[in-house]
Amino acid sequence: MLRVEGLYSGYGRIEALHGIDIDVREGEIVALIGANGAGKTTLLMTICGNPRASAGRVTLAGEDITGLPTHLIARRGLAHSPEGRRIFPRMSVLENLRMGASIADPRHFKDDLDRVLGLFPRLGERLDQRGGTLSGGEQQMLAIGRALMSRPRLLLLDEPSLGLAPLVVRQIFEIIATINREQGVTVLLVEQNAFHALSLAHRAHVMVTGRIALSGSGAELLNNPEIRAHYLDGGAGGGAVSTS
Amino acid sequence: MEYFFQQVINGLTLGAIYGLIALGYTMVYGIIGMINFAHGEIYMLGAFISLVAFLVFSSISGGSVALALLAALLVTMVFTALWGWVVERMAYRPLRGAPRLAPLISAIGVSILLQNFVQIAQGARVKPLPPVIQGGVTLDLGAAFSLSISWLQIVIFVLTLTLMAGFTWMIARTSLGRAQRATEQDMKMAALLGVNVDRVVSATFVIGAALAGVAGMMVTLYYGVIDFYIGFLAGIKAFTAAVLGGIGSLPGAMLGGLLIGLTESLWSAYFSIQYKDVATFAILVGVLLFRPSGLLGRPDVEKV
Repeated sequence: MLRVEGLYSGYGRIEALHGIDIDVREGEIVALIGANGAGKTTLLMTICGNPRASAGRVTLAGEDITGLPTHLIARRGLAHSPEGRRIFPRMSVLENLRMGASIADPRHFKDDLDRVLGLFPRLGERLDQRGGTLSGGEQQMLAIGRALMSRPRLLLLDEPSLGLAPLVVRQIFEIIATINREQGVTVLLVEQNAFHALSLAHRAHVMVTGRIALSGSGAELLNNPEIRAHYLDGGAGGGAVSTS
Repeated sequence: MEYFFQQVINGLTLGAIYGLIALGYTMVYGIIGMINFAHGEIYMLGAFISLVAFLVFSSISGGSVALALLAALLVTMVFTALWGWVVERMAYRPLRGAPRLAPLISAIGVSILLQNFVQIAQGARVKPLPPVIQGGVTLDLGAAFSLSISWLQIVIFVLTLTLMAGFTWMIARTSLGRAQRATEQDMKMAALLGVNVDRVVSATFVIGAALAGVAGMMVTLYYGVIDFYIGFLAGIKAFTAAVLGGIGSLPGAMLGGLLIGLTESLWSAYFSIQYKDVATFAILVGVLLFRPSGLLGRPDVEKV
């Protein structure tokens, strides 16, 4: 579904990704874990064409999307629930969802809206409320719901658990599993909450300072002693795995 | 009292025109955070295009003034829209992502260019247009109290209100309007959702320019004289209106336009006509000093 090969990218003269290779197969949930500043968000944003890759290739379902403008990448079926959620604060919940459906066939709008509100009944109670007045958890639901409105083939989720209460985090992760299992949406998930992410993911990659340090199935990485030490057992995710 | 209300009517007419121009300033500012200082020149181009178009159409329409006016209005809107598109495309889009000062300077460059272009192409002398819409209605409101409103004032007012209402509806209800608001609130996110941000920005310039074009035509009809330099003062006054209403706020631009128009006509009526521009710009200074977010604007809150 998604293949990233030798990807280099950065901001201005500062290079943040030094040759990333990952692939995400159809129907999978792939997690990307790593400390702050490892380049996880930069990787997701580079896949979406902003910033542009300085070298390497990104293919989506076999088609080269490297260097395409962001909106055309979105139209190929890639939806992004970005870091910080980026809800349109002065638009209602319904309008936010409509924006998510910008590129979808308008005839599907009602069905897609029902489907998303089925996943997130809370949003249904708040359709006329402004996005900026929602709680953090509701905003996260809206960000994911908005991304789903375009019927994406691949969903990129950037830190959906950030700043949320543990109970809400569990809810969100359950919904991600549902979306993947029942609606067949492929997911690439970036998380600092390594335990949740690894439990959920079929496969995972560990990123350290702009490189992939380790890859494996979710279960393998959960039991990897190095991962346990750095990201799970009380580790706040501050440490780094050796690149060996 | 009669004199006062008469001046209010004159002021509102003028204010409606300022409001139309101010919409373009405020819309562009909202969406790309830039003051388009060439917007006044688009209005000036609108005045010239409408004059030429009206003269052409009235010579071929066989005496129907209304038809000639309508045709001239459409032509003016189309051509100013085209100018707005070209200016954005050539002078601002290449500077997207550049420091904020760069497009501002580019805008001043465009403004000088357009002024000089019209000066060379049309000559520097003022262009007169004999009154086209004459007459009016007189409202008798009791003893010794009557107000006269010219047909032209009514046309200006009705047309402006219609355009503003249509425009408000477009922003609130259509998918283009929604995309514009989304782009204004978070351009990067809008692109991630598949919105062609460049096209939305272009559309914003096109719509703003068409509205300024209408304003240019109204002024041509109202005052009957235009020259290549009218865009400067009108542009800055409309900018003042946008700032007074709260830059970025669409209802603010309309309100600000009306208030600036009223200020100008009442000041001229009761104080000194020579100082009417001073009064307007004193408002600009006052707003910037004491209420920079304007009457209906949002204070700029840093996002967390």
